[in-house]
Amino acid sequence: MEKLETQFYTQFYNSPAGKIALLTMDNGADYKKPNTFSEKALKSLNAALDTIEQVKDIKGLLLTGKPYIFAAGADLTAIPFITTYEQGYLVGKMGHDTFKRIMNLPFPTVAAINGLALGGGLEIALYCKYRTISKSVPAIAFPECFLGLVPGWGGCTLTTKLIGPEKTLQLIIYNALNQNRMINGTQAFELGLGDRLFENAEFLDESLQFLIDIINGKTKVKRKEPDFKKANQLIKEALAFVDSKVHGAAIAPYRALELIKGACSWDIDTGFEEENKALGELIKSRQCKASIYAFDLVNRHAKRPQGVPDLKPKEINKVGIIGAGLMASQLAYLFLYRLKVPVVVKDIKQEIIDRAKGYIEQELKKAISKGKIEETKFNYMLSLFKGTLDWKDFEDCDFVIEAVFEDMKVKKQVFKEAEEVISEDCILASNTSSLSITEMGSELKHPERVIGFHFFNPVAVLPLVEIIRSKETNDLTLATAFSVAKKIKKTGLLVKDSPAFLVNRILTKMMVDCLEIVDNGATFQEVDEALLSLGLPIAPFDLLALVGPAVAYHVLETLNRSFGPERFPLNENFKKMIELGKTSVYLPNKKKKTVDPEIEKLWLRKGDYKYRKEEILDIVLENLTKEIDLILKEKVVASSRDVDMAMILGAGWPFFMGGITMYLDLVGITPRVLQKVFFSF
Amino acid sequence: MEKREVVLVDAIRTAFGKAGEKGFFWHTRADDMVVRVIRELLRRNPQVKPEMVEENVWGATTQEGDQGLTLGRTSAILAGLPESCAGFSVDRMCAGGMTAVTCAASEIALGACDIAIAGGVEHMGHHPMGATADPNPRFLAERLVSEDALVMGKTAENLHDMFPEITKEMADEFALLSQKKAAKAYEEGKIGRMIVPMTVYTKEGWVVADRDQQPRPDTTLEALRDLRTPFRIQGNVTAGNSSGLNDGACGCLLMSAEMAEKLGVTPKMKLVGFAYAGVKPEVMGLGPIPATHKVFEKTGLSINDMDFIELNEAFAVQALIFMKEFKLKMPDDPRLNPWGGAIAFGHPLASSGPRLMCHLMHEFAESPEAKYGLTTMCVGLGQGGSIIWENLQRKNK
Repeated sequence: MEKLETQFYTQFYNSPAGKIALLTMDNGADYKKPNTFSEKALKSLNAALDTIEQVKDIKGLLLTGKPYIFAAGADLTAIPFITTYEQGYLVGKMGHDTFKRIMNLPFPTVAAINGLALGGGLEIALYCKYRTISKSVPAIAFPECFLGLVPGWGGCTLTTKLIGPEKTLQLIIYNALNQNRMINGTQAFELGLGDRLFENAEFLDESLQFLIDIINGKTKVKRKEPDFKKANQLIKEALAFVDSKVHGAAIAPYRALELIKGACSWDIDTGFEEENKALGELIKSRQCKASIYAFDLVNRHAKRPQGVPDLKPKEINKVGIIGAGLMASQLAYLFLYRLKVPVVVKDIKQEIIDRAKGYIEQELKKAISKGKIEETKFNYMLSLFKGTLDWKDFEDCDFVIEAVFEDMKVKKQVFKEAEEVISEDCILASNTSSLSITEMGSELKHPERVIGFHFFNPVAVLPLVEIIRSKETNDLTLATAFSVAKKIKKTGLLVKDSPAFLVNRILTKMMVDCLEIVDNGATFQEVDEALLSLGLPIAPFDLLALVGPAVAYHVLETLNRSFGPERFPLNENFKKMIELGKTSVYLPNKKKKTVDPEIEKLWLRKGDYKYRKEEILDIVLENLTKEIDLILKEKVVASSRDVDMAMILGAGWPFFMGGITMYLDLVGITPRVLQKVFFSF
Repeated sequence: MEKREVVLVDAIRTAFGKAGEKGFFWHTRADDMVVRVIRELLRRNPQVKPEMVEENVWGATTQEGDQGLTLGRTSAILAGLPESCAGFSVDRMCAGGMTAVTCAASEIALGACDIAIAGGVEHMGHHPMGATADPNPRFLAERLVSEDALVMGKTAENLHDMFPEITKEMADEFALLSQKKAAKAYEEGKIGRMIVPMTVYTKEGWVVADRDQQPRPDTTLEALRDLRTPFRIQGNVTAGNSSGLNDGACGCLLMSAEMAEKLGVTPKMKLVGFAYAGVKPEVMGLGPIPATHKVFEKTGLSINDMDFIELNEAFAVQALIFMKEFKLKMPDDPRLNPWGGAIAFGHPLASSGPRLMCHLMHEFAESPEAKYGLTTMCVGLGQGGSIIWENLQRKNK
């Protein structure tokens, strides 16, 4: 595929106020492939500016993008090849030097942000004297900190000077680290990024008129003076936020904080120089490389699932859910909201069904208040939901999923009962987190319609669904499962029918090691802190409480049965904890993590070794490395990319670790343990 | 319902582009051009709030693609008019926009609504003439129309056959005059103020479409003489003495006279009367003659009462025959198309009718002594349409 290069096209317009240069950024493709800035693009901009500087009598310039797209920032494809500080520094300098020429033009300049503007695409607009924004711009953001970078082409410096530190922190720090949140055109205008907000219908015409009015003095732009007084306090708060998100494991957001703080007092050139230095340090960093890798995984790899049979999936016009507990209710709502087809939920007690219906009602109301569903649709949507005690209601279902207790006997039983009423080709899916799908279908008349369809908690947040093919599953079932995943806006990943599948196997391996380390003398807090320092979204013992120790133990048992006690020992203390009915090792609602004294009492230590943080990490990560190697050798998934994508989308592991294998490779653990790397092209 | 007076408050158009890839509207949608016109009409007339517009009527010959889906309704939504504004589309080929105006005017006259926007659009680049038409085979099998009827250039050649005294030289001379008058009007700034500039996307960057692409101010009789006659060997009709294929949109703001007074807007002209009439399809250029006779008959006015005649120059020969019929001064009557016509500006089918009104409105403004004007045009498959307007910008009303 030929690489798209963004060109800067210059046109001139003899307006009533004199000659105006129209500068268009366009890579020649449609909106699905946004404009990006490579070295060639910057050269094109320089050439355009050479022309513009030579033309006499220019009274103004309008910079804009192609339809629906302003620009999506720097071309990230070059980043993997930048390995030194000097190279990274030059990337920064080249951007600054080129963009600054726009700033130095001796006439009014307007950036007309007509569409998506991200990163460098937003930065270039800041070099114009004025900005107009279209009301229908869907996404404006500085995603840099999310990608191991800082807005280093003037973003930190110019944004701070334009809208002050508070709003700049919102854009560059808070939004980027909140799953790369983006704002729309109206919000960007309200932040002060634009001087005018125009409707999309005549956006460029009105932007041009705005420029003409500025040139002939008919309009003046007033801006709110940014407030720098509270800068130190704001930076302090942001620092605490960054710590809570990345626990010191990423560099970029900290560097961005320094730049924003500095920009409150530095002149522009000092700011730009510091940005260059920051890019010098960051582009070569492992966090940046891993982030770019992760970005590609999530945006491209995840969207092209492997192993999907090439046939027309079955149409789903009714969904049945076995069980009406909390997980089942979450699934019911998801299917209802996304597929907009009848969803019937079956349980054995009326009160559980009533609770499920209450949950659906409450979620529908939430969606209405957020504007995701029209208010007039409430009754219709609710009418699609039915709670039942009677299997008969499953007769005309096309897709049935069970979310009952994690017990093979129970699951086999409900499948058997369902099979008596459902049609021959109705799909039977299981949301089991560890049990064998093949065995689950083994006593059915039609095991070929059985498939694993494993969600992650919280269902609304984590986008992964592990799709598990049993030995009997046929192609139509598999194709339909992928199609359903896509329709409910989840990412399906094909996983072999192997104990605990992928994500839970990795998390459980981590968990047993953590338990063992505590057995040997470390405190729960020491273990949690050590692992958090990697930048994980949640500490292991907090995750345990979230999942529920009993469920986690079930998964551990499954793994123990299959792979033996050496890798998956059944921790005695853990078992005792569950027998005591404890749901967490910590006391609830304590500001500082405090171990439940009863847990402390029951936990029998095998030793009193004083672990250093590094030792804890070494044990956990080396064992994880070996486990992942086995996972790949067993072909549980097709590649290390799948492992990383799954950890990012199914466990929320950070971009800057590149999931897990990229981290293990880059910090040298894989080479040390396995004498190789996981990564391959 | 009692008949009420209908006035035209304003008219504006986009520039007219060349149809096809070289035209500046090639990457611009027809409905977006309409949106630009609607919004500019409201921008220029701030007393008219968007929620006051009750009807939005648009003519287009090809009612599909970016001109389909009931353009009158879609363009109202796209322009940001409130949902209360109704809208519909009409088609009378070249007189689509003219018909949109008379439809809207009829509603106003009958009291069905007070304020309407009406206009015409044609993106002939996106919708080449007749490209998706499927004429009934009976037309030819039963000789209902001659084979020439669907090819406009051939109908113009037929007019030369019918009126041998109208020679190719006369047609070329008429075309040259149209170009020169248009060039002069351009130079004097008369045309620019009828055009709302529009920023349009091209593969070489956004450009501003603020001038028609069709006019050839430097044309000469010699150059015209040597042009090919594509419709027949040794013919008379050339690209130079016909109107060309174009993209453009033009719209008008209409309201009842009472509403204009109530809002305090200054109406530019009043609709006195209109008429449409049919002729043989193979000589469709004759259309304006019976239509104009008819409107004179209905209004009791005559050609001598007309201070301006805006005649759509589909072909020079058709204009000349009209001049002959009504005994206008040959080859150039100062009352007829004083600022040039479609041969110079181009003829994006349905948008041409409103363009004639736009010209007339501005001519009236410059000639406060003028009282009446005529807008008239021929229509494919043999029709003509004529509207008589009264100047409301007169010094002593």
